[in-house]
Amino acid sequence: MPEIVKVAIVGSGPAGASAAAHAAKLGMAHVLLERTDHASDTIYKYQKGKFVMATPDILPLRSDLQFQAGKREVILGAWDQGLEDHQVNIRFNADVEAISNKDGVFTLSIRGGDPVLAENVVLSIGLQGNINKLRCKGADLPFVQYQLDDPDEYEAETIVVIGAGDAAIENAVALSRLNTVIIINRRGEFARAKQSNLSLITDAISRGDVQCYYNASPSLIEPGMIVLETEDGEAKVPCDRIIARLGASPPRKFVESCGIEFPSSDAGALPEVSETYESNVPGLYIIGALGGYPLIKQALNQGYEVVEYIAGNAIAPADQPILEERFSGMGDVKVNEVLAAIRKSIPIFAGLNPLLLRETMLESKVHVLKEGEIVFQRNDYSDTFFTVFRGTVGIQINPADPTQMVTLGEGEFFGEMGLISGRRRTATVVAAVDCVLFETTRRTMLKLIQSVDDVRRAMDKTAILRQVQMYLTPGVPAEDLQSLVETAEIHRFKAGEVLFEEGDEGDHMHLIRAGSCTISKRIGGKDVVLNYVPSGNYVGEMALLSDMPRSATVRAAHNVESICITGQSFKALMQSNESVRTAVESKFRERIRSNEQMEGRPEAGNIIQFLVEQGVGEGTDVLLIDESLCVHCDNCEKACAETHDGISRLDRGAGPSFATIHVPTSCRHCQHPHCMADCPPNAIHRAPDGEVFIDDSCIGCGNCQRNCPYGVIQMASPPEEKFDLFGWLMFGKGPGPGDKTHLSNDKSTGAGGDVIKRAVKCDMCKGIDGGAACVRACPTGAAARVSPEDFMSLAMLGR
Amino acid sequence: MAHESILIYRKFRYLKWALLLVAISSVLYIAHAPVGSPNGGTWLGYTLGTISAGLMVWLAWFGIRKRSYKGSSGRLEDWLSAHVYLGLALLIVATLHSGFQFGWNIHTLLYALMMGVALSGAVGLYFYSRFPRLLSQNRGGLSAEVMLSQIADLDRDIRTLAMTLDDQTNNVVYESIKNTRIGNDFLRQLSGTDPQCPTSAARHYVERAGGQGLSTARRDLLARLVKKEGLLRRLRRDIQLRLGLQVWLYVHVPLTFAMLAALIAHVVTVFYYW
Repeated sequence: MPEIVKVAIVGSGPAGASAAAHAAKLGMAHVLLERTDHASDTIYKYQKGKFVMATPDILPLRSDLQFQAGKREVILGAWDQGLEDHQVNIRFNADVEAISNKDGVFTLSIRGGDPVLAENVVLSIGLQGNINKLRCKGADLPFVQYQLDDPDEYEAETIVVIGAGDAAIENAVALSRLNTVIIINRRGEFARAKQSNLSLITDAISRGDVQCYYNASPSLIEPGMIVLETEDGEAKVPCDRIIARLGASPPRKFVESCGIEFPSSDAGALPEVSETYESNVPGLYIIGALGGYPLIKQALNQGYEVVEYIAGNAIAPADQPILEERFSGMGDVKVNEVLAAIRKSIPIFAGLNPLLLRETMLESKVHVLKEGEIVFQRNDYSDTFFTVFRGTVGIQINPADPTQMVTLGEGEFFGEMGLISGRRRTATVVAAVDCVLFETTRRTMLKLIQSVDDVRRAMDKTAILRQVQMYLTPGVPAEDLQSLVETAEIHRFKAGEVLFEEGDEGDHMHLIRAGSCTISKRIGGKDVVLNYVPSGNYVGEMALLSDMPRSATVRAAHNVESICITGQSFKALMQSNESVRTAVESKFRERIRSNEQMEGRPEAGNIIQFLVEQGVGEGTDVLLIDESLCVHCDNCEKACAETHDGISRLDRGAGPSFATIHVPTSCRHCQHPHCMADCPPNAIHRAPDGEVFIDDSCIGCGNCQRNCPYGVIQMASPPEEKFDLFGWLMFGKGPGPGDKTHLSNDKSTGAGGDVIKRAVKCDMCKGIDGGAACVRACPTGAAARVSPEDFMSLAMLGR
Repeated sequence: MAHESILIYRKFRYLKWALLLVAISSVLYIAHAPVGSPNGGTWLGYTLGTISAGLMVWLAWFGIRKRSYKGSSGRLEDWLSAHVYLGLALLIVATLHSGFQFGWNIHTLLYALMMGVALSGAVGLYFYSRFPRLLSQNRGGLSAEVMLSQIADLDRDIRTLAMTLDDQTNNVVYESIKNTRIGNDFLRQLSGTDPQCPTSAARHYVERAGGQGLSTARRDLLARLVKKEGLLRRLRRDIQLRLGLQVWLYVHVPLTFAMLAALIAHVVTVFYYW
């Protein structure tokens, strides 16, 4: 009878290897079974030199194996070393065919080898062992492959890449350096890919580096050729190689044969596990991607934890100490009790599963405030989200009279207006009594809104009421707005889409809660822009008031979210409420007057149109140059370089001009910054004064640079040493004033290079006295920073 | 938006300062009745001289201020506005200091250098107030790079069109593509024109060659040559204007250093021969 080990671990990926290392350290009898001849096959198969992230950052690593963000090779090396150091009992080429259980002992049969007997089994096989393959004829021909190790291995070939996910995109773009690459996308767009890869592939396609067949699927593969079914019929594409990256799914057959149940018949469904990662089969544990935790760090931690559980130690999750520390301000409380209380008393978080709630709290700050302390000030530029855990807060609704307050009690939230519109705080909030608040980061909230329906619904409902109260009907109590809010809907418009057209029947109005619009009218067969409407304003009330067709067209200047209010409920409100009627009517008169004025000045409208086209509308603070004053001395660029490590973050000469207004290539500090969308270390922030800046945790991945539609982010090497003016003048030491550093700062991305380049951009001279250096250094007053609110006055200059 | 020219900056604040300085100096000069003729050696002369010397050093300091991007708060526009008006005021204060005594000596040399600096500065001021608008108008929303790429496109078309035509036409067209220079030497840049431009020559040739009516190819060629010529004209004008914005500094700055040297010599001699 062979030896019965305490635990058999199947799969030597991050989860399995970490479990084995910990078992070895505890002196537990174990065996690690690996199907291939090397450990961690999934990561082994990553593209050569791929930069591997170590997210989530906040989660501490709890493993006997080393792990930090870095290149694939370094990480694999560290793990191999770790397995060796801990003298892990690993069996390579051990493909587990079946797992059966008899009298509490598992038998793992191994293809062409002796079976293994174990008291416990940890299944850490991930998903990549079961790669999805093409389903057409010829899918197994030798020139069809389902992975790519080193893109530089191939040269001057015609390669067809199939798939629309991140792996397919990364492969296609990397291969396109030396080969002719054609990518096949089953759909009309690359919706599954993350944002940075989306811009990577769309850029490559528009440059012609990669050809793309949209809405096409392979129907037949023959040697040297692939036949596609496209919208325009069949297409035959000759090629030297086909690389299909179609993702992977759980090896369901095998898992089910072990006695494990799946919750649904869905192909992507994963087996359910308990809090100690145990499956419905006692003694059989599932960790890593197969258990629903696809991130490397999570997998490593689970490997450690599962071994502790098997050893009979009920250890707390790795993030417990962080949460303890986070909640410590509330006095002597237990983490689990606080989490339970949050779930009970804060409705917006009630629908989160335990893990998501933990993650959310990890990304939140706890504020314990005394009565009268200020949470944030009106016009601050912070974009975090607050929930009230204990006590009440007061919102000062009238800036002129701080005593006028609306109070919010336990379980309510605030700060969502800034989150939605990306603009300044609309009111000051103070602690009405001693209270405890949670402040959650913008990124976390956006993720929750996108992924958890309950959160989005709760948020929308409250937000609509508050926004209507704030911008449309100040002073009207919530009860009177009930019917209006209930019939209101959120509408979304992409840049250039029309909210309503001139001449349309008007039966609703829009309150713009995010983004901005232009109002235009057809005069002499040409669209003439009459006005620019930033968020926090409403449009469409004119037709409702006058019962006439729409007098003008309203178009989204950039992505708009509006609260669409029905004409009926709006009219009812107008009738019942005197003050709202007066306010709306006076706005109506003002608008007619302003439209009248602008119709006579088409050039001013053209300036607005131009600024909107340049994306200035979504900015909060944009550098503009008055060409009638600019003497091309480039002192603005020199000043920028001098104050920012020798690299100017603006390019004065670049960028378009209209009339005498020039929009240089420089950060617009967008309301919803594109650069922030996909920053792995979360290094991009918005400071209270509105400036969007990148902190030192930048890892140089280049996502922000690719995501910025205005090309204002550069990847730059560390700066060269700088000497004083005298040293430069007399001895030629270092770069001169405003000179570019000698080190290259080309626009290629930094990830993978030997010197890590970091993203740099305009930070509006945050932390420098006197404000933006570019504007201060302009000798002729040509450079100015403006916000969208200034557009109208700018256009009226009409020079 | 604080877009206003340095001349009207802050409602003529520095013009007012300058006028005040000039007014006080003039009144004192007129009221002052020195022994003998007015000169730099009286108490008023010394006062005005000290003010002038201080102004000169301060005006020259602008070069340093312009390059100190970090520690200096406030706007450079402030300084430039003051630089302009106080620089003009200096002319009068220094003249009053001289008591209108001129001769072939170091003192008058300093005066002449100061005049040179001021004159070049005035030219610069004129350029600064006029050229940016001209530049903008000349570009008409196109950047120099766009114009250059348009020319490259035109060249390609021109070459293709010429292929169908006779050798002589091909030769002049080839000349135009190969030997057209934008910029060239300093004087050419400054003039903003090129009388020997091969593109103009080619355009003339094609125009003249078609005495009895132009074929379609020729007409197309001519249209493109005319367009290219227009772009060249605008580019050359662009270079000329941009050069104009800099060129005065090549006089203004060296003269300033010469003036400062002469100022030291002037002050030393005055005290040496006291």
